[in-house]
Amino acid sequence: MCDCKDEKGKALDAVLDEYGRDAGSLIGILQKTQDIYGYLPSDVIYYVAAQTGTTPAKVMGVATFYTQFRLEPVGKYLIMLCKGTACHVNGSDRIEAAITNELGIQNGETTKDGLFTLKNVACLGCCSLSPVMMINEETFGSLTPDKAVEILNEFKKRKEEIA
Amino acid sequence: MRVVVGQGSCGIAAGAGKVYNALASLRANPSDFSLETTGCIGMCFLEPIVDLYEGEDLKARLVHVAEGDAEKIVNAVLQNNLDELKPMMISDDDASFLSQQTRIALRNCGIIDPTDINSYKAKDGYMALEKVLKTMTPEEVIEEIKVSGLAGRGGAGFPTWFKWNAARGSEGDEKYLICNADEGDPGAFMDRAVIESDPHNLIEGMLIAAYAIGASEAIVYVRAEYPLAIIRLENAIAQAKAEGIIGDDIMGSGFSCKFRYMAGAGAFVCGEETALIESLEGKRGMPRLKPPFPAAAGYKMKPSNINNVETFANVAWIINNGGEAFAAMGTEGSKGTKVFALTGKVKRGGLVEIPMGATLRHVIFDIGGGIREDKKIKAVQMGGPSGGCIPERLLDTVIDYKALSATGAIMGSGGMVVMDESTCMVGMAKFFLDFTSKESCGKCVHCRIGTRRMLEILTRIVEGNGKDGDIELLEELCNAIKDGALCGLGQTAPNPVLTTIRYFRDEYEAHINDKKCPAGECMDLLHYRIDPEKCKGCTMCARNCPVKAISGETKKPHVIDESKCIKCGHCMTLCKFDAISVE
Ligand SMILES: Cc1cc2nc3c(=O)[nH]c(=O)nc-3n(C[C@H](O)[C@H](O)[C@H](O)COP(=O)(O)O)c2cc1C
Ligand code: FES
Repeated sequence: MCDCKDEKGKALDAVLDEYGRDAGSLIGILQKTQDIYGYLPSDVIYYVAAQTGTTPAKVMGVATFYTQFRLEPVGKYLIMLCKGTACHVNGSDRIEAAITNELGIQNGETTKDGLFTLKNVACLGCCSLSPVMMINEETFGSLTPDKAVEILNEFKKRKEEIA
Repeated sequence: MRVVVGQGSCGIAAGAGKVYNALASLRANPSDFSLETTGCIGMCFLEPIVDLYEGEDLKARLVHVAEGDAEKIVNAVLQNNLDELKPMMISDDDASFLSQQTRIALRNCGIIDPTDINSYKAKDGYMALEKVLKTMTPEEVIEEIKVSGLAGRGGAGFPTWFKWNAARGSEGDEKYLICNADEGDPGAFMDRAVIESDPHNLIEGMLIAAYAIGASEAIVYVRAEYPLAIIRLENAIAQAKAEGIIGDDIMGSGFSCKFRYMAGAGAFVCGEETALIESLEGKRGMPRLKPPFPAAAGYKMKPSNINNVETFANVAWIINNGGEAFAAMGTEGSKGTKVFALTGKVKRGGLVEIPMGATLRHVIFDIGGGIREDKKIKAVQMGGPSGGCIPERLLDTVIDYKALSATGAIMGSGGMVVMDESTCMVGMAKFFLDFTSKESCGKCVHCRIGTRRMLEILTRIVEGNGKDGDIELLEELCNAIKDGALCGLGQTAPNPVLTTIRYFRDEYEAHINDKKCPAGECMDLLHYRIDPEKCKGCTMCARNCPVKAISGETKKPHVIDESKCIKCGHCMTLCKFDAISVE
């Protein structure tokens, strides 16, 4: 089990304190835990369960119920592709095909270089700009297959610049 | 002059943030002009939008503004010569999108600064709360809401006063007032716009409701996918707290109410009120068996009342203007206005608030400007996964709870997705069942297995493997699920299938019997062919096919290998001789 004594562990303890180690606030706790680790590692799930006085099964139950929680690390850039109604009507299937073709990953997968994770979501609330995708915090609207690929290439370049 | 940049999520996605920064960097002196932020005016098809005001007078509304236009705008503003900006100004036609609306819930959206409580106060903000706390009893508040005829805007359309009254009447000194801001219908964004653009209006409506039912705490459950809404709400709560509008002894009235929000974590079923309560308690969002209703035993098993964002957004207006003024709008059974998120193949997409009783045709054609590329409208989808598709011939149906239910669709929370002839209705039904089967929480068998069975059948139909009797089987399943499911998710999940069968049975039959998709959307039923008469053997298609499905010798007719073809249509766009066709 995680002794959670490193930097991240300290941050996690602060989160647990903030919520009074109350299992009734499990969702909020897990959201902030995920902010710290990028996902929910299994030893951390055990730790949270022990600290909030509940069972690992209960915590796991919550973590797997909600789409926001991830049990595996994600890529540097998380592509959230909208598959809501408006985006569907305006061709989000073709955008998905272009992305999976370009990156060689399917929904839920991460590229080998750890750069991109693709995740289909239901409605980002920008339906009038459909089809829409969000990469990390940035939203891109009125997509076409070509435009989507272009944007991905922009992000690939960004990485090179940093490196 | 005041330069106001619309910065809701869609404005920002279209580039409003960059426009704002460019304007800010060009402003040499803060006294030159005032640069302000506002929320979403709802004309998403024109974003980014910059408004120029003299005091409260709108002098010009600039649309599709780009970062590079900032200099021109700043110069024009400094010289007070707006003629230069004519080409960027909104056209009269587009302006009619807004001028044909009646705004109550959205009255401040895109006008005030959502990050500043004083901006809200300048529009009579928190006046209704003061009136309620200082001059009205809770019973009088409930009576006023009853007179207004306000019904829940979250979908079911239940009379708001009745729910408040029930929660008020429940035994218990600890009661909760909850706002459902989960906005799960994929294709709807009314609630997001209200929170992002006018968060204090929501807070005020909720505090009035909390007073009416006697709640000691108010909680907003907001969708995780709305980061900006969460930021603005958090900020608004802090401001209201600092001014003593939230907390102990509000405005010296003796009434105390705590206020907080919780971010959801992505589960459609959490929009259902009892599932939402489970989620608030930190659990998996599985619906509870009703009764007991939340009014008797809700959050922490205490009396609770849940309303939708838009429902609350009407409350302060009703208190200020009187229930009768609200009831004067609308139809016999549906009072006031309703906000719709108009999207899909419509020319002008955005937020539309109109009095009940208007026709769907009015909304789509007069306000929405009709269909893109002047194609033919096929249907409009209302109510999302719980709703249905209304065909073109019923577009004169008026917006009214009963009239819409009679079509098999529902009023819903306000999603209105317009579809043209290129949208396959069987594909649409499959799309929704794919959604509901994934979002089913799994608690009851009818919903968990039933939606999956329906999805399997719909999938085989769109793949060209549909069988005789599949339509009847779907209908049988629909009725069983409607009767047997535990919560609204399952009970309404068949609606998209039932309405498409009811109005577009011929499309189902074409898929099953003729293996054809009349809309030309279902990939598996498309066949690309090269006409040997027309093909000149230029090799253009063969060289560019991404999967090398085309072969043939130079100057001889080419052929497509159907087993390899992925139906991307690239060859058809490339062929200079019109030799490739699709059927
Ligand atoms: C599956 C399902 C999803 C729902 N999603 C929402 C939602 O996203 N927002 C909402 O306000 N109501 C939603 N509702 C309706 C709520 O259960 C509830 O009726 C509503 O919040 C009550 O508020 P109102 O009376 O103001 O409409 C949903 C219901 C079901 C069955
Ligand atoms: S449907 Fe894609 S943003 Fe709403």
